[in-house]
Amino acid sequence: MQHTPTTDRFEVALGSEESAYALETRNLNIYYGDSRAVNELSMGFDRRKVTAIIGPSGCGKSTALRSFNRMNELIASARTEGEVLFHGVNVYDPGVDPVQVRRWIGMVFQKPNPFSKSIHENIAWGARINGYTGDFDELVEDSLKRVALWDEVKDKLKESAYALSGGQQQRLCIARAVALKPEILLMDEPTSALDPISTAKIEDLLDELKKQYTIIIVTHNMQQAGRVSDRTAFMLLGDLVEYADTKELFFNPRDERTENYISGRFG
Amino acid sequence: MTGTFNQNLSVRHVRGSRWQAAFALATILAVAFLATLVLTIVDDAFGWVIMMDETDRRELTRDGVTLDAQNTAQLLATIDEHLSPRRYRALERELPFADRGRDDLYALVLAEIVNPEIAETYNLFESLVSAQAIKAQAAEEYPEGLLVFRSWVNARFLLAPQSAVPLAAGIKTAILGTLMTILITLAFAFPIGIGAAIWLEEYARDSWLTRAIQVNIYNLAGVPSIIYGMLGLAVFVRGLEPITSGAIFGASAAGDTANGRTILSAGLTLAVLILPVIIINAQEALKAVPGSLRQSSLAVGATKWQTIRYHVLPASFDRILTGTVLAISRAIGETAPLVVIGASTFLTQDPTSIFSKFTTLPIQIYQWTSRPQAEFRHLAAAAIVVLLALMLSLNSFAIVARNKMRKQKRF
Ligand SMILES: Nc1ncnc2c1ncn2[C@@H]1O[C@H](COP(=O)(O)OP(=O)(O)OP(=O)(O)O)[C@@H](O)[C@H]1O
Ligand SMILES: [Mg+2]
Repeated sequence: MQHTPTTDRFEVALGSEESAYALETRNLNIYYGDSRAVNELSMGFDRRKVTAIIGPSGCGKSTALRSFNRMNELIASARTEGEVLFHGVNVYDPGVDPVQVRRWIGMVFQKPNPFSKSIHENIAWGARINGYTGDFDELVEDSLKRVALWDEVKDKLKESAYALSGGQQQRLCIARAVALKPEILLMDEPTSALDPISTAKIEDLLDELKKQYTIIIVTHNMQQAGRVSDRTAFMLLGDLVEYADTKELFFNPRDERTENYISGRFG
Repeated sequence: MTGTFNQNLSVRHVRGSRWQAAFALATILAVAFLATLVLTIVDDAFGWVIMMDETDRRELTRDGVTLDAQNTAQLLATIDEHLSPRRYRALERELPFADRGRDDLYALVLAEIVNPEIAETYNLFESLVSAQAIKAQAAEEYPEGLLVFRSWVNARFLLAPQSAVPLAAGIKTAILGTLMTILITLAFAFPIGIGAAIWLEEYARDSWLTRAIQVNIYNLAGVPSIIYGMLGLAVFVRGLEPITSGAIFGASAAGDTANGRTILSAGLTLAVLILPVIIINAQEALKAVPGSLRQSSLAVGATKWQTIRYHVLPASFDRILTGTVLAISRAIGETAPLVVIGASTFLTQDPTSIFSKFTTLPIQIYQWTSRPQAEFRHLAAAAIVVLLALMLSLNSFAIVARNKMRKQKRF
C-alpha cells in the first residue's frame, strides 16, 4: 500500500473546488456473495447539504452508505464495483488507503458505540492517532460544544462514556466524528435508538453541522427526512428510484413507487 | 378452527421440578466428589505419629532441665557426653562448637543424638476418633516412644530439600522446579499463543489453509499429554540439546550432567502442551468483542493494528487472562510428559538456572506415592496440599484481576 501518494492526492483534491459534488458515485454495484444489494447507483451529494436516503427495510441504504467510506470491507462477503468519487478521487483506487478515506469521511452508527474509555478520551483518541498537534482539551471542549453536550458532561470528562444516557452517547459519537474535522459525515439511522427529546437535539444539530460538513443520513422516519434534509433519495430493492430536492420529492413525487412509499402504501 | 387449549399446567410443573431436582442432585454429587478428594488428602496430611528416639530425650534431662529448655552450656555438655569422638571432630572442623549458637546446638543434639525416627503414623480421622485406642497402643507397644500430633505440612517441609529420611524430606527443590518451569512455560506459551490467536482471528483470510490450521489446533488441544512428552523428548531434549542443556551458552556446571533434561526443556514441553488451549481461548475472547467496537475505531481513521491494540485487546484481556491462568494451572499439575522427558527421580540440589536438572511437585508426589512406607504417603499428601494451595492462589489471583478489569468495561 502506498500511503504517501494517497495523502497527496486527497490534499490536492481537498484544496480544489473543481468537483461539483462532495461525493459522487458512478455505476456502483455492491454484492454480498452472489446477490446484489445495490444496483448501478449513480448519484452526487452536494457540498454542505444534508442528503437523506429513505426506502423500505432491506433496500440497500446501509450497504450503500457503508461503501462510501469503505466500511463495507469489514464484511468478508461484500464486494464493490464502480466508483465512489471523493473530490474527484475514486476511493476504491488501488493506491487509496481506506484508513485515509475514513479519516475524511466520518461515520455515526445506528446504535451508539462509544469507546470503552473516558468521555475526554473518546474524542481525543481519534485526533491523537491521526496526528493532531493542537491542544486536546480545547478540541474536546469545542467538539462537545458543537453537539450541545458540553454543559451536560463538562464536570465528568474523566468518567466512562458508558455512564452517559443513550442520547448523550450518540451525541458523543457525533462529536467524536466531528473532532477530526472531516469533510463528510455518514449517519445510519442515528436517532432510531433514541427518545424524541434526544432525537430533536440531534436534528437541531444537523442544521448546525451542515454549515461545515456534507451530511448523508439514512432514516426510516420520513418526518425526519422532511425536517432535516435538503435533498432526498428514495431507494427500492437496491435501485435508486428517485432523487430530488426534499420538498419536491415529498410533495411532488415523479415516480409512482415513491408516492406509494411516502404515503405509506407499502414498505 | 376447532382446536382447544389444554394447559395441563400441573403435569408441566411436575416435569419441571423433576429436572430441577436432577440438576440439584448433579451439583450435590460434584460437591461430594470434591469434598471426598479434599478430605482424603487432609486425612493423610495431619495426624498422630509415634516417634522413637535413638537416645530417649527424657534421659537427656540435665540439672532437672528438659532438653527443650537447656541453655548453651548444658547442650554442650550433652554433646560432649553422647557424641562419638570422630563425629565430634568432624563437626568441630565444620564450625567450632564455641562459635555455634544455642539453636544450632539444639538442632545438632536432636539430629545427632536424639535422632528420632517415626515408628507409627496415624491419619487425621483415626487420630480424632480413636485417640484413646491410639494412646493405649502407643503405651503398650512403644513404651519409649513419643506420641505427638504432626502436621506433615510444616515450615521445615517447605524449606528442606528431598531426602531419603522421611522426617528430613522436604519439597523446596520441587517448588523451585515447578515455579521456574512454569515461568518458562508462560514466557513462551503466552506471547506465542496470543499472537497466533490474533493472527487467526483478526488477520487471516478464510481459506482452506487457515481452516486446516484451525482444525489442527482444536485436535491438538485434545491430544493426550504423554504424547507431548514424546515430542518434548525428541525435539527439546534430544534435537535441541545444545540449546536446552545450555552448552552453547557456556552453562557447563549443570549442563554436563543434565544433558537436555533441563528446566528449560520441561518448560518448553509444557508450553507446547498448553499452546492450543491458550490459542483457542484467546480466539474465543477476541470473537466475543462486539463488531461495533471495531467499527467505531476504524471509523475514526484508526488502522487495523491500532484498533486491535487499543480497543480489541483491552476489551478481551480479562477473558484471555482467565483462560491463560486455567491453562497454566493444568501445566502445573502435569506429570506424565515430564516423566517422559526425564524428570530427575531423586534431586537434592536446588535448581540454579534454567539449565539445571529438574523435578516438580507432581513428580515428587508421584514418587512418594509409589513408595511402600506409610511416611511417604503422608509426605505425598502434604505435597498435594501445597500444590493445591499454589493452584488455588493462582486461580484466585486470576479471578480478582478479571473482576477488576471487568469493572472498567461495559458493553
Ligand atoms: N452482512 C451481510 N451479508 C449478507 N447480506 C447482507 C448483509 N448485510 C445486508 N445484506 C443484504 O443486503 C440487502 C440490503 O441490506 P441493507 O442492510 O443495506 O438494507 P437497509 O436498506 O439498510 O435496511 P434497513 O432499513 O432494515 O436497515 C438486504 O437484502 C440484506 O439481506
Ligand atoms: Mg440499514
